[in-house]
Amino acid sequence: MFSPNTEDNQKQMLHTIGVNGIEDLFADIPQELRKADFNLPQALDEAALTRNVKNLAAKNKPLLNFAGAGIYEHFIPAAVNAISSRGEFLTAYTPYQAEVSQGTLQAIYEYQSCICALFDMDVSNASHYDGATALAEAVSAAARVKGKNKVLISSALNPEYKKVLHTYLNINGSVKLQEVNLKDGLTDIEDLKQKAAAQDVAAFVLPTPNFYGLIEDAQSVSKVVKETGLLLIAQVNPISLGVLAAPGTYGADFAVAEGQALGNAMNFGGPGLGIFTCKKEYVRYVPGRICGMSKDADGKRAFVLTLQAREQHIRRERASSNICSNQALCALNAAVYLTLLGAQGLKEVASLNVENAHILRDKIAGLEGYSIKYSAPFFNEFVVKCPVAAARVIKYAAKKGVLAGFDLGLVSKDFKNELLVCATETKTAQDIEAFVNVLKGAK
Amino acid sequence: MNSYPHNKLSIEKSSAGRRGVTFAPAAKDVSVYLPQNLIRTDTPRLPALSEFDTVRHFTNLSRLNYCLDTHFYPLGSCTMKYNPKAYDALCSLENFSSLHPCTPARYAQGTLEIIYKVEDMLKEITGLAGFTLQPSAGAHGEFTGALIARAYHNFRKDKARNEIIVPDTAHGTNPATAAMCGCKVINIKSAPDGRVDIEELKKALNPHTALLMLTIPNTVGLFEKDIKEIASLVHANGTLLYMDGANLNALIGIVKPVDMGVDIMHINLHKTLATPHGGGGPGAGAVGVKPELLDFLPLPRVAFDGKEYKFIAKNKKSIGAIKSFYGNIAIVIRAYCYMRQFDGKTLKTIAQNAVLNANYVRARLANYFPAFFNRICMHECVLSIDKEKLPQLKTIDVAKRLLDLGFHAPTIYFPLLVPEAIMIEPTETESKETLDAFADAMIEIYNEALKDPQSLHAAPRSCPVKRIDEVSAAREPNLRW
Amino acid sequence: MYNQEKCKFSKTHEWAFIEGGNAVCGISDHAQHEISDIVFVELPKVGQKIEVGKRCAVIESVKSASDFFAPLSGEVTEVNEAVTSDPSLLNKAPHGEGWMFKIKISNPAEADKLLSFEDYKATF
Repeated sequence: MFSPNTEDNQKQMLHTIGVNGIEDLFADIPQELRKADFNLPQALDEAALTRNVKNLAAKNKPLLNFAGAGIYEHFIPAAVNAISSRGEFLTAYTPYQAEVSQGTLQAIYEYQSCICALFDMDVSNASHYDGATALAEAVSAAARVKGKNKVLISSALNPEYKKVLHTYLNINGSVKLQEVNLKDGLTDIEDLKQKAAAQDVAAFVLPTPNFYGLIEDAQSVSKVVKETGLLLIAQVNPISLGVLAAPGTYGADFAVAEGQALGNAMNFGGPGLGIFTCKKEYVRYVPGRICGMSKDADGKRAFVLTLQAREQHIRRERASSNICSNQALCALNAAVYLTLLGAQGLKEVASLNVENAHILRDKIAGLEGYSIKYSAPFFNEFVVKCPVAAARVIKYAAKKGVLAGFDLGLVSKDFKNELLVCATETKTAQDIEAFVNVLKGAK
Repeated sequence: MNSYPHNKLSIEKSSAGRRGVTFAPAAKDVSVYLPQNLIRTDTPRLPALSEFDTVRHFTNLSRLNYCLDTHFYPLGSCTMKYNPKAYDALCSLENFSSLHPCTPARYAQGTLEIIYKVEDMLKEITGLAGFTLQPSAGAHGEFTGALIARAYHNFRKDKARNEIIVPDTAHGTNPATAAMCGCKVINIKSAPDGRVDIEELKKALNPHTALLMLTIPNTVGLFEKDIKEIASLVHANGTLLYMDGANLNALIGIVKPVDMGVDIMHINLHKTLATPHGGGGPGAGAVGVKPELLDFLPLPRVAFDGKEYKFIAKNKKSIGAIKSFYGNIAIVIRAYCYMRQFDGKTLKTIAQNAVLNANYVRARLANYFPAFFNRICMHECVLSIDKEKLPQLKTIDVAKRLLDLGFHAPTIYFPLLVPEAIMIEPTETESKETLDAFADAMIEIYNEALKDPQSLHAAPRSCPVKRIDEVSAAREPNLRW
Repeated sequence: MYNQEKCKFSKTHEWAFIEGGNAVCGISDHAQHEISDIVFVELPKVGQKIEVGKRCAVIESVKSASDFFAPLSGEVTEVNEAVTSDPSLLNKAPHGEGWMFKIKISNPAEADKLLSFEDYKATF
């Protein structure tokens, strides 16, 4: 299976090599290690495999989706997959041999450029595994820039991101994390000022919109952060930048995001796309791959992976990160998506997100037993207080074919009646009506 | 040829007012819903192209690439094998791709079953007790494995274990991973035959050693004959043995890593299990462990209660999450498809043919580019340049000239142990005709170098671009438009 | 500026030009030739205390990152910003405009362990 070698081919090759049989090629392996039995299920040919996998797919029951919590359902124009499914992109290797990888390299350069434009930041790398690991790398970089080992994070940071930060940083003791309290769902400025005054703090991580969907007054927070001499790390929603102020505009030193929303399917949470950007003075602290524009021997424009001497294959144990790959294909999807939409299209999509979510919010606010927890401005997600446990609402809604949202009881027992609900541009008026009716019945 | 000037950026092809994909506008302006001070006032400098021009732009870009679908990639340690087309459609079936990760387990039974069964098959292939599919890449898997090792030692109250031993032939990610975990990297010099020097290992092992990271077979394509002795020494020292599974293609279906004494390993799904490289990602790196380490695996994991697949999200000993949610599920589905096409008997044909093909290339080039170790290799061979016959030839020139002749270059200048290294891994999915064409091309380059080595400095001459000025690219970086 | 003959060298190709209680440091001509096109220099910070024989700077080419080991112990008093903006100075003038940083020497006896230019040349 899959090897084209016929018996004849094998005979000829063995003869050229000068051995009698294939077993001779494994002579270095002690006999006792070659006795293993492998009990795998019956091998499937392509037709049987196709049936098998389609049956498995049928066991999934996709629900009408009103969940966000870091991964978002957005409409992906057909041209995105038409391009990234081309073998020239899909089956290409990492562009280390630049002369035969100009397609991948220029696409990465354009991805970097689109992201810088969208985020209003100077530098973007070629991406990390996902938003959470991109944030971990940014926190690590900020600590190195300042030579300090403590970073403040908003209490309203995505709990998945908090978990990953903890695994990457707290466990090793390399960076200590401290949460800043909230006031009515947003950063408590007084608490931030007080904690930022400590000598060992390098930066503050500001998610906006935060995990509860609320948009921070980033300009004001940034001012406080700068006054205390800290770096500002913004963690944002890239679609929201179609209508919200960009991190560069309010002075972020680093800005990261989950880029899945840009042209990538949800795929049950992976692969993601870790967007990592920063100001130009920190370019040497940027981990991972970066693509640059240069010239070839004939003076023609050419693209190449650059600043490689920061990376693991050269620095080895002196590298700041062990990251070897980037999410190239997902970044390509993002680049194509942003190129298809342009600034105007992204503004349209973002506006529809805002509108749908606000229409839904108003309808839910009018339901008996339900209320909206926060009054602060939000993008496409908001917290709903339910008459019963959110887990119960989710269970009931699923039976009716609806994914009601994210159970905030998973974040804290205090929030067990709270549901994080999201409405993107993909939701029609009928979808919204259906959801509201389900909520009515979930008591 | 295409109708656009070479390499124009999408932004350079843009025209104000051009639209690609449009959306029916919102009924009300966003300022009705949001306060003015939060609303973006600037317009980001994104491209403005028609959809048609966008499709042309990227399609033409794609045609500048070499890729597996069009070219042979003899890249050592990369296992560039055929990416079966059947899996493209299967992993993107709507019921898989449209699933939100918050979907309750009951409604995602298909996906959970796949995750569970992939874990099962990996357990059978390796003999290890459990796997996590959360890591997004091999390096990510290494990091996960190193964290598991540290958590294990800390749990046993053996808290002074902060050193990781790495052979000098290791891939750069190994020492970088060790450093990321806050461990001291102890490099040990390899024996003259490229294998682990047992005496050096004995000297390096001490009460602080948490882990020995080994790539098996090693990066010069040789099997560690003394692996059982190595494992014994390591275990006697209370240290764990980590296997970097990048070269698993040489052993899959023939040796079970657990039988070698491996405690933790990672597998690169985009190498051994044929998931596409995508131009640099996304990949996926499964990490497997022995029974004593199961509790430390990242969460959540999938369990089966006889009727339903469920998530287990609680285990105090777990190292936590190394990425959000469950892993690169679209990639995991591809790996499921690949493994389902083999059974216990046919699985070994992968390694058998991979090793056969690598030795064939080595044999065909023996009189031109001698193998650094003049003996049978595993799934990859490391060749070098004969300094006596070709004193002026450099590996970089061979690599660039191969591009002209229609082949992607092999891995070059790695491992560091071998001067002017050329590492070739054909994989089992290449035909003898392709291997012969590659060998013939290498011999042609050899002959060109004999006649006029200087001529190779200008290579490649027939690719979309020639050699690139990397010095300026690094000194004056231009990283965005 | 910092004539080779007047410098003292470490075996790892760093030089120190000693004047009174201070020293100017850089990489040797041999080193810059071996590394080839230098694209970036990671200098120590002013005020940083460096220890003889320990890495205190990194010199990057396109394909490598070379450690710079302190030829003497001391406190960094000045760094040459020019090489940060134009790393090629290390290639063009490793004993001139490509000087890297200045230190206040903390242990003058260490200078005795360094090589004269003649002895350094003999090592390769």
